[in-house]
Amino acid sequence: MNLLRLSLNLLRRDWRAGEWRVLLLALVLAVGSLATVGLFADRVRQALQQQAQSLVGADLRIVSARPLPPGYRAAAQARGLRTVESRTFLSMVVHGEQTLLSEIQTVESGYPLRGKIVIDPPFPPAPLPQVGEGRMSSIPLHGTIWVSGRLLRRLELSVGDEVGIGAQRFTVAARIVRDLDHAVGFASFAPRVVMNADDLGATGLQQEGSRITYRLMVAGDTKQVDALRAELKAKLSGNEKLEDMRDARPEIRTALERAEHFFGLAALTAAILAGVAMALAARRFVLRHLDTCAMLRCLGAQQEQVLRLFLYQFLLLGVIAVLLGCGLGYATQAGLVAFIESMRNAELPQPSVLPALKAAASGFALLLGFAFLPLLQLRRVSPLRVLRRELGVPQASTGLAYGVALLVLAGLFLWQAGSLNLGMAMLGGLLAGLLCFFGCAWLLMRGMERHANRMASHWRHAFNNLARHGRANAMQVVALGLGGMALLSLTLVRGDLLQGWQGKLPPDTPNRFVVNIQPDQRQPMLDFFARAPLPPPQLLPMVRGRLVAINARPINGDSYAEPRARELVEREFNLSYAEKMPEWNELVQGRWWSPSSGKGEEGAAQLSVEEGIAVKLGIHLGDELTYDVAGSRFTARVTSLRKVQWDSMQVNFFVIATPELLRDSPVSYITSFYLPPEKLRAGDQLAREFPNLLVIDTGEVVAQVRGIIEQVSQTISILFLFTLLSGIAVLYAALLAAQDERIQEAAILRTLGADSHYLRRLHLSEFAVLGLLSGLFSAGGAVLLGWVLARFVLEIPYQASVIIWPVGGFGGMLLVMLAGWLGTRRLVTLSPLAILRE
Amino acid sequence: MAAIVQSIDLSKQVLSPSIDGQGQPLTILHEASFTVDAGESLAILGASGSGKSTLLGLLAGLDVPSSGSVLLNSIDLFSLDEDGRAKLRGELAGFVFQSFQLLPALNALENVMLPLELGGATDARERAAESLCQVGLSERAHHLPKHLSGGEQQRVALARAFVTRPKILFADEPTGNLDAATGAQIIELMLELNRAQGTTLILVTHDEALAKHCGRQLRLEAGRVVQ
Repeated sequence: MNLLRLSLNLLRRDWRAGEWRVLLLALVLAVGSLATVGLFADRVRQALQQQAQSLVGADLRIVSARPLPPGYRAAAQARGLRTVESRTFLSMVVHGEQTLLSEIQTVESGYPLRGKIVIDPPFPPAPLPQVGEGRMSSIPLHGTIWVSGRLLRRLELSVGDEVGIGAQRFTVAARIVRDLDHAVGFASFAPRVVMNADDLGATGLQQEGSRITYRLMVAGDTKQVDALRAELKAKLSGNEKLEDMRDARPEIRTALERAEHFFGLAALTAAILAGVAMALAARRFVLRHLDTCAMLRCLGAQQEQVLRLFLYQFLLLGVIAVLLGCGLGYATQAGLVAFIESMRNAELPQPSVLPALKAAASGFALLLGFAFLPLLQLRRVSPLRVLRRELGVPQASTGLAYGVALLVLAGLFLWQAGSLNLGMAMLGGLLAGLLCFFGCAWLLMRGMERHANRMASHWRHAFNNLARHGRANAMQVVALGLGGMALLSLTLVRGDLLQGWQGKLPPDTPNRFVVNIQPDQRQPMLDFFARAPLPPPQLLPMVRGRLVAINARPINGDSYAEPRARELVEREFNLSYAEKMPEWNELVQGRWWSPSSGKGEEGAAQLSVEEGIAVKLGIHLGDELTYDVAGSRFTARVTSLRKVQWDSMQVNFFVIATPELLRDSPVSYITSFYLPPEKLRAGDQLAREFPNLLVIDTGEVVAQVRGIIEQVSQTISILFLFTLLSGIAVLYAALLAAQDERIQEAAILRTLGADSHYLRRLHLSEFAVLGLLSGLFSAGGAVLLGWVLARFVLEIPYQASVIIWPVGGFGGMLLVMLAGWLGTRRLVTLSPLAILRE
Repeated sequence: MAAIVQSIDLSKQVLSPSIDGQGQPLTILHEASFTVDAGESLAILGASGSGKSTLLGLLAGLDVPSSGSVLLNSIDLFSLDEDGRAKLRGELAGFVFQSFQLLPALNALENVMLPLELGGATDARERAAESLCQVGLSERAHHLPKHLSGGEQQRVALARAFVTRPKILFADEPTGNLDAATGAQIIELMLELNRAQGTTLILVTHDEALAKHCGRQLRLEAGRVVQ
């Protein structure tokens, strides 16, 4: 008990003396950044999920070609979930003499359960009754419909005109500006019409044998939705299927994953920097408490008592820092949500407590790894130090301390990065980088000393000083470099990266897919594009085939447990063939075929498989796959695996074959192109001239992916702010680390007659060298970090701007000189005795 | 009177730093054997570098010898481990140093309380206040060391040394950092407390005049006991 009181007493006094400030600040920042990212990512995930759900219009949909059993709806309602039904069918819309095949969707009040259809003029024109959980009904009024812009153009209609659908006349009340239902598959190729469900009977279109798709849409509490999904899965008949946002387009999923990785790594960078600041602060703490420990030992304190004395202090510090950090994290994420308009309006549920707990655990791990183990050395201080001040820090446990710090870092990396490869790559890169920086700094300082003899006296003294404490100074350069790296990453690299990511979806990103182009339509298509005028499209061959055997072992749906894999095997694949690998694909294993490898039977039969589907179906490099194409079979060997950039919005294929293999199979062509808004009529004309073509509008998906990138861009600045603050904490701790020694030396030099002018020049020279070196390392580190993020997370080419080097070098020099001058300016005016007494 | 400190063939060798990094063995204390009786006061005299502080460190168990042994209150110091020696110090010994060695983060009273608290005493505050009173520093009890003069700091150190009523007081150049007048006051105070508590005093100094205050002198030259 006495020991606890003594410990708290020491803590209180040390706190007043400023000993703990850096440690506490660093830990608060580490926990704060991890908590912010954890809590915020939780909510971003929810926001993005809601957006993705809004593309589906619900959390879960049950889709069927036959009327759904009423039991499904009852089951959902019994779980407290909201439900609406909708029906979709194809029918002619008649306007005067013109007719157009359109997709009609009837909707009930309450539709959609997630997201909303944006229309022009905006809805509602008049107050409407409240429906469901306080949501405004947002469906067409009786006798009116909302139609897509395409239908308006094709039928030369305006809002307010009348059209006929079946036996009923409808007034076009609005144009659909942003529609739902575009995220799952690319099914809706016909212009859309949204109609009130109550009007369906009057059209007389719902008859025996009508091809209607029935949808039951469900939304509500996530757990209940999951339970319902599980419950219904067992009951579904053959023509019924469940759809949710997990079926969303891979483009959106990929963008989401990238965003999460990006966030996680930003937080981790902040945490590492904070860890370094803690390690530096702990080191200083150790050095300043050697005498205390020696005295305690001299007065009879046992090692265990000394240990407990500091353990209590650390635990208390940890608890305070973790609470402050979590509070900071919560406040910051709440601020972020309020700051970003789309999230503010999304009415997100509060984040769960789990990310905060995770951040707290990480904080304690950092404290243990970076600060506590170095402090263990204090326990081993010799009591003889009371007689011999020159005895230094006991060395024994440093290996263990660094080992544990490394383990903690590795664990955090794996935990946060979520991917073993990415985590290890980042960690390995970081360590290699630090070692390399350390070695370079040390060698440079040694080298400079040799040439110092020809320089002015203060420079010579400065270089000698730097070389004499080579290891400590190299350490300081590395720490300063890390801090500077955070600053540069925040300012220069972040901009480059986000620009690069946005550049993945340039303004002319394809927003139309054209499917089912017949071989004899290729030239007419090219002619059409030349007339439009639009850039000539790249027509890619597409062959429908079903995978029937892997390595001569027959497979079917039953061979796989996972529903997605099962589905992939049960339906036909789109295969393609090509001489060269498409440019937005990347080879990850094996080799792409060269023209020479096409000779001979073996060389002619090669396949390249997308890596994701290869994992899903258990296909490996070298496997032989057998496909059934229109009744005839072929077998070919997998000679390469590809990574496909799904968010490129280009035409992508799971499986590409050598041309020799598929050239003679029944083939159609597919293309994607960018249709600028001012040329929408050319798109309509295309559908009119080639009625067999399926022209699919992917503009919505492009907009969705752009939206995610936009959101990440807005939020990442604030997350990087933590990195910045941690960086500053490192800078501060690094400067403080050498402060005591500098103070002593200044006092001795003053005693020996150095004037304040000389001391100032000496200090500024040292700081200039340290700053320049660390600034250059900062630039190198930031470029490296940018490259890692670009290459592995965002998968974009990265070209660092050249300006980073001069900004890093000179910026580092000025910053360190300024900070150093602020820290030591007092020394040059105080009397030596006053300094030595402190 | 029974011997409370026995030094038996106590030797200490260290490796002297050298240019080739190999280091030559250097004997800084050579087979020192003597005894100190309970209540006795012994001055260890010698020039700078003669091995006085080394001997004091070994007698107090702050360092370990290359050979030989020390019996403190009949307990073989070096048969104990580091923690055992610390415990014994806490029970038997008090210390006064040239550089005072007060903890800068604690005020005068807390510094005096420290050895009591480490020993688990429940009335540390009262006893420490009393001890401070004995050295005439009640008024300055709540001042931090940096706000006290050198003489005052050494008086706090004396209060801290005597507060546990130690059997042995080890003093290393206690007046080394003080002017002559203050030094004399400190010595007077120390000897008075020593007499009052019947403490055995082992004092290291190079000051002949100061040594004369002690009942016996032991002179060291180049690591050897010469008298």
